[in-house]
Amino acid sequence: MNCFSLHETPLQPELLRKELQDPACGGYAAFEGWVRDFNDGRTVLRLEYEGFAPLAVREGERILAEAQKRFGVERARCAHRVGPLAIGELAVWVGVSAAHRGEAFDACRYIIDEVKHRVPIWKKEYYQDGDSGWVNCERCAAAPAQPHASLAAAAPEAPDHGHGHGQGRGHG
Amino acid sequence: MSAPALYGLVLTGGRSRRMQRDKASLEYAGKSQLARAMELLTPLVARCFVSVRADQLYDPHRAAYDTIADIKPNLGPIGGIHAALHAYPDHAWLILACDLPFLDRATLQHLIGRRADTRIATAYRSSFDALPEPLCAIFEPRSLAVIEESLTRGQQCPRALLSGADVELLDLPNPRALDNVNTGEEYVAAKATIGTAAATPAAATPAAAVPSGAGASRRLQVRYFAMLREQAGRSTEELETQATTPRELYEELRRRRGLTLAPEFLRVAVNDEFGDWRSPLADGDTVVFLPPVAGG
Repeated sequence: MNCFSLHETPLQPELLRKELQDPACGGYAAFEGWVRDFNDGRTVLRLEYEGFAPLAVREGERILAEAQKRFGVERARCAHRVGPLAIGELAVWVGVSAAHRGEAFDACRYIIDEVKHRVPIWKKEYYQDGDSGWVNCERCAAAPAQPHASLAAAAPEAPDHGHGHGQGRGHG
Repeated sequence: MSAPALYGLVLTGGRSRRMQRDKASLEYAGKSQLARAMELLTPLVARCFVSVRADQLYDPHRAAYDTIADIKPNLGPIGGIHAALHAYPDHAWLILACDLPFLDRATLQHLIGRRADTRIATAYRSSFDALPEPLCAIFEPRSLAVIEESLTRGQQCPRALLSGADVELLDLPNPRALDNVNTGEEYVAAKATIGTAAATPAAATPAAAVPSGAGASRRLQVRYFAMLREQAGRSTEELETQATTPRELYEELRRRRGLTLAPEFLRVAVNDEFGDWRSPLADGDTVVFLPPVAGG
């Protein structure tokens, strides 16, 4: 059974790894994401993760199932921290076991990439200069009533007769 | 002097880039969007035309009606409006986009009833951003000069044109009437809503093609996360609202709570699953607006 979980306490990779042991598996690959002390040219002192638990687990498990189907791996597991984290702490753990190493590596890579883009988890960084910010959010802030600006800037060639309201999904 | 007679024009020249299919042929309750628009508009105007690109002139779907082809190519909706005013310069034009599945007769009658023929145009104020909606509006003959002048400046956006012009602006009697459909997802949601409304006896009159519950209020739970939680100053709230869709709800909360994230960067979840911005909300729903994520 694939499982995605959120944790307020430190992750324990040795326990997670045991969940993946399987006599049919000759390969195991894992990825650990650690808290880094810089981002975007700024010194990061600590950070905070926040998750929307029911949907995060649901979407996370969809990703694990996709990886299993796509790469034919036996088992896949992902655990993610929430709450305050210090530099160097383990933020996310992904592990996969499979008959052979190739699919284990590929599935592991797929899972971490998808988790970063799809699972409703947010990260706030606290910087050395006293500032703080939500990663990927700060640049999306806009004054109210801006959708029109994007319309006026529409490509001059072959414009759509539509008069959309900027409904495109920004991510996901 | 009496007001210039009113002609109707349904725009179908769009490239439908996001939908990737011809919007005019999308069907609701078994009828194409173009046929629905023509049926609504024809009884209300002296003559009714379909606006087409030159390469669509012989499309059988469109050729069933009187057509007016764009004179200047690749201008988008403004090209269609321009061609109509150019072809019949003594008439006023009720312009309609063909991607308005929720449009009803009452909305058109209200527009015609409040027409201000001494101004450039009569239009509705968007319930989304309060700007004029050019694609369900009446353009008077005098608007031709304004459009031509605008085109010489390279300005092709009809909303920008109306925003700066002498326009009679009306409030929409039914705030959802001009919701348009740009993506496959939105089409599926709109089709479901219209299919349901058509199946109920109350939908016998055109005005009832509005999702049930419009006008009534509903009690909703909203949860906030990350940047939106900080801006709203709370993690959760329960509210009584007139909003019928997540999109309307977000606009309401954006104003009330001072949220700065533009909706195009957000996703929405209803009852703990990803949802659609246009799906109708039901009493008791829990709604979450999801800022851009950053796990890992």
